[in-house]
Amino acid sequence: MRHKTFLWFFLPTGLAMLLFIAMPIVSVVTQSIFAPHPAVLIEVESCTPLVGCTTETTVDQEATATLRAENPMGRFVGLGIYFDRGHLAVQEIGQIWASNESWGGFFSELGNLPFYRAMAFTLTFTFIVTPLTILLGLVIALAVNSLHRHLKGLMIFFSLLPMIVTPLIGSLILFWMIDSRGVIGNALVNLAGDPDFSLKASTGLMWVALMVYGVWSSAPFAFVVFYAGLQTLPKDQIEAAQIDGATRWQQVKFVVVPHLMPLVTFVALIQLMDNFKVFEPIIGFSAGAHAQSLSTFIFNDLGGETRQLSSAAATSVITIIGIAILLSPVLVRTWRDFKGAR
Amino acid sequence: MASRAQRMPTSLRIASSLFVLLWFILAAFPFLWTVWGSFKVELDFFSIADWTNALTGARTEAVYGSPFTTTGYEGAWIQEEFWRNVLNTGIVCFFVVTISLTIGTLGGYALSRSTYNYTFWLLITALIFRAMPPITLVSGYLLPFFEWNIWGILPTTIIVLVAINQPFTLWMLHSFFKNIPSELDESAKVDGCNQFQAFRRVIIPVMWPGVITTGLFSFLLAYNDFAVGAMLLSESNRTMVPAIAAFLGTTQTEGNVMFAVAAVVSATVPLFILVMFFQRQIVGGLTAGAVKG
Repeated sequence: MRHKTFLWFFLPTGLAMLLFIAMPIVSVVTQSIFAPHPAVLIEVESCTPLVGCTTETTVDQEATATLRAENPMGRFVGLGIYFDRGHLAVQEIGQIWASNESWGGFFSELGNLPFYRAMAFTLTFTFIVTPLTILLGLVIALAVNSLHRHLKGLMIFFSLLPMIVTPLIGSLILFWMIDSRGVIGNALVNLAGDPDFSLKASTGLMWVALMVYGVWSSAPFAFVVFYAGLQTLPKDQIEAAQIDGATRWQQVKFVVVPHLMPLVTFVALIQLMDNFKVFEPIIGFSAGAHAQSLSTFIFNDLGGETRQLSSAAATSVITIIGIAILLSPVLVRTWRDFKGAR
Repeated sequence: MASRAQRMPTSLRIASSLFVLLWFILAAFPFLWTVWGSFKVELDFFSIADWTNALTGARTEAVYGSPFTTTGYEGAWIQEEFWRNVLNTGIVCFFVVTISLTIGTLGGYALSRSTYNYTFWLLITALIFRAMPPITLVSGYLLPFFEWNIWGILPTTIIVLVAINQPFTLWMLHSFFKNIPSELDESAKVDGCNQFQAFRRVIIPVMWPGVITTGLFSFLLAYNDFAVGAMLLSESNRTMVPAIAAFLGTTQTEGNVMFAVAAVVSATVPLFILVMFFQRQIVGGLTAGAVKG
């Protein structure tokens, strides 16, 4: 295809991505290094006879407006926003580091910094949910594969539901069930034997609940991919293993799993990236007090009455960097495939 | 046929069946429970006294004389005007799917037929864009959209969702068009068509299976979107999912929780139907990326 023809075919989609993905990234990066102008304050001394003089601090609307009009970007602060208390908190970390002898104390104080708390949850969520998803998906795939074929279709249909359903809606449905008045929550209260037992009250339990949601909603994806992989499993390999006297477990371990390995890598990479973006369940579970992720951190900055664009932009950039790190193995592999294909 | 050696021992068969049953309950029960409960009053859906009330609807019967009531749905659809949000979601989904398939098909086709190096870089860029959470872009949208006075209206959200959707659409359709032999359009070109005519007369008639699968995923993205809609739409233009999130903020008074439950069930129904009819395409789309690596 000639360059010119290609250009015409690609132009609409290219333009859409340029204007609404590439440009916003530039805009986000710029916003993150500029802080909004503070209001210009003036001190006015007003003197009234007999009472005396008082100085009042008021906002000089006119000067503020001129300042904002002159420099609509705000004032340049470099990496200041990244290092402030709401984000990487370099200064605070230095203090905590200096004042703590042990690692335990250091980490517990680190947990008081909002950004690190969000980071801790995001990473814990990502690295616990991903392996569990893969494991559960694999077991479901093996179990469903041994079913009668009429049942398979039905199982696939119901298995898809937790994944297809809107994440916010799925998390709400689970949340209403684990509410202390809901059916599962109620059962847990009886099980714990404590009428005041509530998932919502405990940070640890809330984290567990969020991760249960994470596994529940993404296991179907792993299942479907592995199930498709099982259909291409070469029969003769299994037979050869059986002739060699392999037990069922050995067959799974030495024949099935190696055959599925490329798919495991694929699912793991997709899931790492998806779980790193964890967002809706925290909103749906109203778990903001116990768990924050990088995404909800941005969401809260943007949604408040004072839209803190610069702060949100800085977190966005950090999130994008995190995604880029997780994505790098995929990129390297795509590059190798491309080299190999030529 | 399964040989005797391949047949499972009874204990394993039972264990495996039990596990499938357990997963079936895990996957399906929350939905069935919520659908059933959405026809009850709040005191039944959240029953502290006796959980069987949620099944029998004892309180609902005491209030309305029947174990089922549609007050939740009436409250959500009529009182809270949820139908507006449904309509908005309909509009957004329709336009997002149509526009993103139109421009995505052209782009994906071009990427699959060009042999130059830049196609690789374009695809890699698309992959990076695809991996980014939409919420990270939102702070980049707000200022310019306020400036140009296009914040809060549906067309803005539609075009943003189309753009966010493009990377995925391109990858999907690119690999799909790769599987259509290029001899088809080459021979059309030999017969005197230009590239676009070849595309229109030869490729379009055979591309529908791939386009439908891609369209399903575009639809799901638009339908399931929360971050973009919540941030870029004004209150009167909200789509379903942000509207449901907003319901939750105002659920302190009794009965309102049931509005949210009814709205949630209403929003799940189209997805349910979608999976029922397009299960094969969805499974195919999910595995397409995996098999190619």
